[in-house]
Amino acid sequence: MKKVGVVVFPGSNCDYDVYNVIKKVLKLDAEYIWHKETALRHYDAIVLPGGFSFGDHLRAGAVARFSPVMQEVINFANIGKPVIGICNGFQVLLEANLLPGALITNKHLRFLCRDTFLKVKNNKTLFTSNYKENEIIKMPIAHYTGNYFANEDTYKQLLDTNSIVFQYSNTNGDISDDTNPNGSAHNIAGIINEKGNVLGMMPHPERACEAILGSDTGIGVFSSMLGV
Amino acid sequence: MWSAKIIVEYKEGILDPEAKTIQRAFDNLGYNDINKIQTGRYFKLNFENAIKKEEADVNVKEVCDKLLSNPVIENYTYELEEVS
Repeated sequence: MKKVGVVVFPGSNCDYDVYNVIKKVLKLDAEYIWHKETALRHYDAIVLPGGFSFGDHLRAGAVARFSPVMQEVINFANIGKPVIGICNGFQVLLEANLLPGALITNKHLRFLCRDTFLKVKNNKTLFTSNYKENEIIKMPIAHYTGNYFANEDTYKQLLDTNSIVFQYSNTNGDISDDTNPNGSAHNIAGIINEKGNVLGMMPHPERACEAILGSDTGIGVFSSMLGV
Repeated sequence: MWSAKIIVEYKEGILDPEAKTIQRAFDNLGYNDINKIQTGRYFKLNFENAIKKEEADVNVKEVCDKLLSNPVIENYTYELEEVS
């Protein structure tokens, strides 16, 4: 049975949500990994969950990036195994240079906690193969530092490598300033690395995996990754 | 003993919402001659007595590059001074 490792930093708070999705919804195996642990080779995938690791001090994700587990997460990614960073986990992946660009303060200086619609821009990835191309999915955001920034060279590289996976949209699939909650460059909500095995996204798929929670369209991220 | 004073600032063109908000207060206060404000972070590090200036310099650069700044969005400057 496939086993997912959920990294727990001091201040992580979406770790249980991810664990619950893997164990209870997908009925696969999951384990917590304390940030000081370094044995990851026996996992099939690693998730860096959302939260406020180390209180978001300095910059969101900047301190967690140097936790002992992170060197092993980098090695894990470098051998081609799947890694997802959600929200604070995305911030950690950027700080660790596993993904390009940076996340800065939301454009309107507000903490945003609400549902968003995303367009699946690229469904030919390890994390989105269970979605249709341009499918509109619904999941919440909950962040203050979610404004994705990339300089023009990085943006061009993201386009050339088809690395933009999710964009903020509306139910019609329109991508515009009106459908951009936080000021992210080109409405970017999630990207993958060039190799295609590391995904970072600000919205929370783990909070949208059961209809009772308002949406179950987030499950595709985990089911695609785990081949179920 | 060597001491470093480090300033980390956003690069040109990076959104600085705190600065924008402070600018509004300046406008309300009537300081119309101030047309640009930029926020940043200040760090002060003190080294052990035995550390020489050259070693301190290398260390400051390393911690700025690795941790205190994010080179994608920020620049840093620093000064080293000898303190008692």
